[in-house]
Amino acid sequence: MSIEELYRDVILDHNRNPRNRGTLEHPDAHAEGINPLCGDELQLDLRLDGDRIVAVAILGQGCSISQSSASMMSQAIKGKTLDEVGDLISTFKAMMDIETDPARAGLDPDRPGALLGDLEALQGVRKFPVRIKCANLAWTTLAEALQGRR
Amino acid sequence: MIDFSHLKPDFPVLQRRVHGKPLVFLDSAASSQKPAQVLDVMDTVYRTSYANVHRGAYLLSEESTTAYEEARGKVARFVNAGSRSEVVFTRGATTALNTVAFGWGMDHLQAGDRILLTMMEHHANIVPWQLVARRTGAELAYLPMTGDYRLDLDRLPEYLDDRVKIFSFTGMSNVTGTMPPVAELARTARAAGALVVVDAAQLVTHAPVDVQKLEADAIVFSGHKMLGPTGIGALWARPSLLEAMEPFEGGGEMISDVRLDGSTWAPVPHKFEAGTPPIVEAIGLGAAADYLEKTGMEEVRRHGRELTGYALGRLAELPAVRVFGPADLDRRGGVISFTLGNIHAHDVATILDQEGVSVRAGHHCAKPLTRALGVPATVRASFQVYNTEEDVDALLAGLRKVQEVFHVD
Repeated sequence: MSIEELYRDVILDHNRNPRNRGTLEHPDAHAEGINPLCGDELQLDLRLDGDRIVAVAILGQGCSISQSSASMMSQAIKGKTLDEVGDLISTFKAMMDIETDPARAGLDPDRPGALLGDLEALQGVRKFPVRIKCANLAWTTLAEALQGRR
Repeated sequence: MIDFSHLKPDFPVLQRRVHGKPLVFLDSAASSQKPAQVLDVMDTVYRTSYANVHRGAYLLSEESTTAYEEARGKVARFVNAGSRSEVVFTRGATTALNTVAFGWGMDHLQAGDRILLTMMEHHANIVPWQLVARRTGAELAYLPMTGDYRLDLDRLPEYLDDRVKIFSFTGMSNVTGTMPPVAELARTARAAGALVVVDAAQLVTHAPVDVQKLEADAIVFSGHKMLGPTGIGALWARPSLLEAMEPFEGGGEMISDVRLDGSTWAPVPHKFEAGTPPIVEAIGLGAAADYLEKTGMEEVRRHGRELTGYALGRLAELPAVRVFGPADLDRRGGVISFTLGNIHAHDVATILDQEGVSVRAGHHCAKPLTRALGVPATVRASFQVYNTEEDVDALLAGLRKVQEVFHVD
């Protein structure tokens, strides 16, 4: 297990240049996430058109894993319906769940992140259990934002 | 440099490798490793003479009781207490601070009173006072820090007005390594009529602590940061303060008599030790105090001072490193917080770990302080008697590796 498996170029790139950074005026959904142990912070704004996410804005500070996960997430959910986003959240959480066999969650055991595009780069975090909560922060915040809307 | 290399083999865990590399343990400010001298004593008690203390009229209980009370004597000697009854065993520094905050504060503080703390405190020396302030109506004030990471002594008189009933401050910051002039602060505060409590959790393992010279009313510390086990620590206090304090916890062993309509307390220190205490941990703490005393706390201080100087010099080789702490080695100990360019502390810690180097990353349970430093998190390297210049060299090599992974210099 090499450190480069964790710090893939795509992660470093999203960390350096986070996408969809900022805030939205009068967002349709909003949530703030904090990782009290690390101090990673995130706030997420969503704009919806019907059941489709049409704009995402994220502000935050934290480690490269938490910030790149948020940045990649913002790209992945933009333009998707709430159902599609719900599936994406489940697939991401399943990829990060080291307690459960990926096959049981319907994922490829060798490439549990295969369905996730760029986000597959975060698969390496599975081998660094203490960092999984960093990768999950944006997704937990997203789930909270969507729940708060309902 | 003072040579402590003969001590390293005393610590069995330091023989191991992590991620294929020799372990370089630089997180002793969070919790230190334990020498065989402590582990063996604890193991022997469990195997040969374990029983509950202050209860049974049989040999094993007598032996346990004697060892437990002897450990109290060792801890008392370690901080030069007037007598062993001035030392209360607690679960750690946190419980000791809560014992004073609640045991003294609930009966002696009221609306309009002030509790003075500083900007450098660990959460353990903030939150108990906040809890007591909320219940009593007392207010909190915080002595500020200077730009060079010292407590602002010039402003102390302004903060020590007659509303201040208690001043509780750290003897050594677990973030910046700052060692305030404890005796000077204590003298000034006591002259102003305040009770003085010193959080010595870091200080006690980095420098000699003599309660006859500190001029404080109480000091607290934990066993696990001073080569002892977890679950045990101590409160030292002047006898008059211990008498004035109510027990923080009630239960067995802390009573003199229990009747249905009320109870009376056992004499100090036992009135503060409700329930079966962590007997073997206390004996382990006694062994840790012996180990440090045998090593010599003056030498421990010299070693820490020299190693800190060496580390600060080597860190200065990397322009991206920013250290948050005093440069003056006389005013600081072996706890160094820093950042490495824009790379987040957790990323630094993960990569260092792959190189075998264990450091802490985060806010170090001192969020008001890290907020004042203006950073979300720092990397912290901290030293113990078993650390060497080679450990610092491994840290530097690791930091270069971090920069390589992040493609920066």
